[in-house]
Amino acid sequence: MSLSESLEFQNVQSSVTGARIKWFIACSVEDVPENGGACVKYGEEQIAVYNFTRRGEWFATQNLCPHKQQMVLSRGMIGSHGEHCEPKVACPFHKKTFSLLTGDCLNSDDCESIKTYPVKVKEGKVYIGVGIETI
Amino acid sequence: METTKPTVVVIGNGMVGYKFCEKLVAKSKDFNVIVFGEESRIAYDRVHLSEYFSGKTADDLSLSSSDWYKENGITLYLGDPVQEINRTAKTVHSLHGMAIQYDYLVLATGSSAFVPNIPGVEKDGVFVYRTIEDLELIQSYAGKAKRGAVIGGGLLGLEAAKALLDLGIPETHVVEFAPRLMPRQIDDVGSKMLQYKLSQLGLQIHLNKNTSSIEGNGKIEALQFADDSKLHVDMLVISAGIRPRDELARLSGLEVGSRGGILVNEKLQTSDASIFAIGECALYNNMIYGLVAPGYDMAEVVAANICGGSKSFTGFDMSTKLKLIGVDVASFGDPFISEPECRSVIFEDTHKGTYKRINITQDGKHLLGGILIGDASAYNMLLQTVNNKIVLPPDPEDLILGSRGGAASEGAGVMNLPDDALICSCEAVSKGAICAAVTEQNACTIDQMKKCTKAGTGCGGCVPMVKDLIAGTMKSQGLYVKNVICEHFDYSRQELFDLIKINGIKTYDETLNLYGKGDGCEVCKPAVASIMASLWNDMILKQDTIQDSNDRYLANIQKGGTYSVVPRIAGGEITPEKLIALGEVAKKYGLYTKITGGQRIDMFGAHVSDLPKIWEELIAAGFESGHAYGKSLRTVKSCVGSTWCRFGLHDSVSFAIEIEERYRGVRAPHKLKGGVSGCIRECAEAQGKDFGIIATEKGWNLYVCGNGGSKPQHAQLLAADVDKETCIKYLDRFLIFYIKTADPLTRTATWLNKMEGGMSYLKNVIVNNSLGIGAQLEAEMQYLVETYKCEWKEVVETPELRKRFNHFVNAPVEKDPTVKFESMRAQIKAVEW
Repeated sequence: MSLSESLEFQNVQSSVTGARIKWFIACSVEDVPENGGACVKYGEEQIAVYNFTRRGEWFATQNLCPHKQQMVLSRGMIGSHGEHCEPKVACPFHKKTFSLLTGDCLNSDDCESIKTYPVKVKEGKVYIGVGIETI
Repeated sequence: METTKPTVVVIGNGMVGYKFCEKLVAKSKDFNVIVFGEESRIAYDRVHLSEYFSGKTADDLSLSSSDWYKENGITLYLGDPVQEINRTAKTVHSLHGMAIQYDYLVLATGSSAFVPNIPGVEKDGVFVYRTIEDLELIQSYAGKAKRGAVIGGGLLGLEAAKALLDLGIPETHVVEFAPRLMPRQIDDVGSKMLQYKLSQLGLQIHLNKNTSSIEGNGKIEALQFADDSKLHVDMLVISAGIRPRDELARLSGLEVGSRGGILVNEKLQTSDASIFAIGECALYNNMIYGLVAPGYDMAEVVAANICGGSKSFTGFDMSTKLKLIGVDVASFGDPFISEPECRSVIFEDTHKGTYKRINITQDGKHLLGGILIGDASAYNMLLQTVNNKIVLPPDPEDLILGSRGGAASEGAGVMNLPDDALICSCEAVSKGAICAAVTEQNACTIDQMKKCTKAGTGCGGCVPMVKDLIAGTMKSQGLYVKNVICEHFDYSRQELFDLIKINGIKTYDETLNLYGKGDGCEVCKPAVASIMASLWNDMILKQDTIQDSNDRYLANIQKGGTYSVVPRIAGGEITPEKLIALGEVAKKYGLYTKITGGQRIDMFGAHVSDLPKIWEELIAAGFESGHAYGKSLRTVKSCVGSTWCRFGLHDSVSFAIEIEERYRGVRAPHKLKGGVSGCIRECAEAQGKDFGIIATEKGWNLYVCGNGGSKPQHAQLLAADVDKETCIKYLDRFLIFYIKTADPLTRTATWLNKMEGGMSYLKNVIVNNSLGIGAQLEAEMQYLVETYKCEWKEVVETPELRKRFNHFVNAPVEKDPTVKFESMRAQIKAVEW
């Protein structure tokens, strides 16, 4: 897929909130390794998208690890934390782990949280929600 | 200069002076702080001075940096001692002519080495042991010394003796005036036991010796004693005690003690209320406190009081525990109190060299103090028992002997402490707080405990007790304590290794489905990946997302998110053509180059998308992966050996290359390093490696389980004078045995340290084949050797794999725009994070 194609915006109405989520086509399903992540460029932003095959779920977060300001979270290992199997990603640098649901750091009190994004998959394409517009 | 803030002048930039500054700026920024130091260095750690000889540098010992002073607004004048205090005008005057007005003056002038007035102390080869400069002088002189002596058998004297041993002086003597060693801390019997242990380590101890003169023509040749005996030495370190540096105080008319020391009250105020004295120069209650902890306590008192508090110094518990040249020595409470004021329980084992004494009240209810030599494991517990006035059990001897026979469980001791017993004194955490963190916050590991309570984050001395408390509390809650990989697998690595092998499991997902729960994590994924690589040797990128980041990208991630590339240079041997090829590639891709500790060349700063291109060129030039990114064999370092070296016994380079090529790519619980030396001069430093081979007249000696890193450990001899084939056979067995049984991320040295039976057991398994698994271990290694492939060659030749080496999945040609470099010495460097 070329860059110009992937930067094409698609506006899809959210059935839950009534507000419109601004979706953008990030990549194809097969671009992201199973049970792993990849980094997507969205304008000046870098977004990490995770194909959590084992759970049949997709997640997306900022690519920047706030601990040492490194653009690497997409290269981290994903897994689960605790009894309730909270999905998480571990930064490759110092193994700070972040919840893929809330973005909170799970193993340090003084580390900032990370931004999370909604993801959906339709006809082999991965869409990331990059903002909300009210109708 | 700020004129509105009150000015605090600190004279002295030693440990206590520095601690005072640290405490003051932490409490308040409302002072203008000015520090004068006599030495040209910033405050450094004098307690660990002897480590300067075992490899630490002056920088390692430094407590701070000039930046720290700047950031905290402190003016620091080094190499500029204060010469005069004008108490009427409240000014200090320094050697270089600085004149500063003070509101508060803190004297932290410390102490100097006490040099007794022995005729001949001025001779060459006589030293004191106090500053880094003293150590440098000792070090440069020690090279030509064959027999060294230390006068003084106290704490510092024995430290100095250790320093002489570390410097490799073949014969080291300790001369003590008193009838025993460490007279302030231990009794006669304890001294005898310590003397016995130290003599085993090569120190010769002379007690009851009064040195009457130092003989020699210009330089020291012998010590003459009052009893007419003589000791020939060519070097002497005097460590006969300390003398408080009170000369400036004296000159300024402050009151000093008759035997030295600046008189202070419980606020550490001198006879002039705006002048304070702290540390080893202060005399409180007729006592000079020659340890660092009470000095720190004094710093806290003065810092708090200047900021408007009202703290008092009321003396300090002088209990200490230390390791002297590898021998535990501890003394706590009142070690010397004896009949009839108390009863003493004494245990002595001359075979093991342990001595333990506890002093208990006549009614047998309380512990008053004691001494431990050779085994001080009970120190923390005993000190707590004294400080908390815990009522003793009916058989108090159990405290030092351990309970014999009965069903008392391990850790029962700590569990009997009262809830308010202070366990971590650095962070002031009580036993109650630690147990509550286990029961209420589920802090069941030391890391979780550190996070919850901060216990153990300071000096770390309480960590064993904290662990016992965690285990004890968990046990009392009915929780089972087992060494499992992580929350997803209730198995140890060895159990999981066997399950995967017996059932022929090839993927992580299948392992998790069969034996685990949840969705895995960054601990169990690479652990299982390592097990599978060690068992099946499949291309590791078949399961790329369970690999640690370095294995996933077959390169080492560095600051800024770029990678470093290390091709294999087996044995450190490389042709000029290949050197040129490396240079060309590094130039083309703008990489920083450095020679590694393992005799290879590391190229830093590669963008992830450049990695396949770089490797394509390296492979074309005849290189292969160096596996610097893997928990696998790194290098086999070699000296040049008999092909060139006039001392070399055998060809160490050829053997190193043969071994490195045999074990290349073999994955293990942790990284593996080897070395081969061509003679006993050991230029390849093989005894600091996981396996090391040294040429002998008759063949090769094989050493295993050595380690550099933060806790260096020498490798131990596994087999002597064996031929090459036998050496390789033992190595095959040793490596596979390690791979199969070690915990994740455990180096061979730690693995051996934890092994029941230790080296003699390992020797039995590997050399004597006591388990009968020798042939099986060899076959398993042979499989790994035969299935080796260069991972980078596969990536370069496989378009599907190459595609994964991009930063942006939706913009594959673009590099990460956030990567930035700076320049340094004509190369790039990563931007500081």
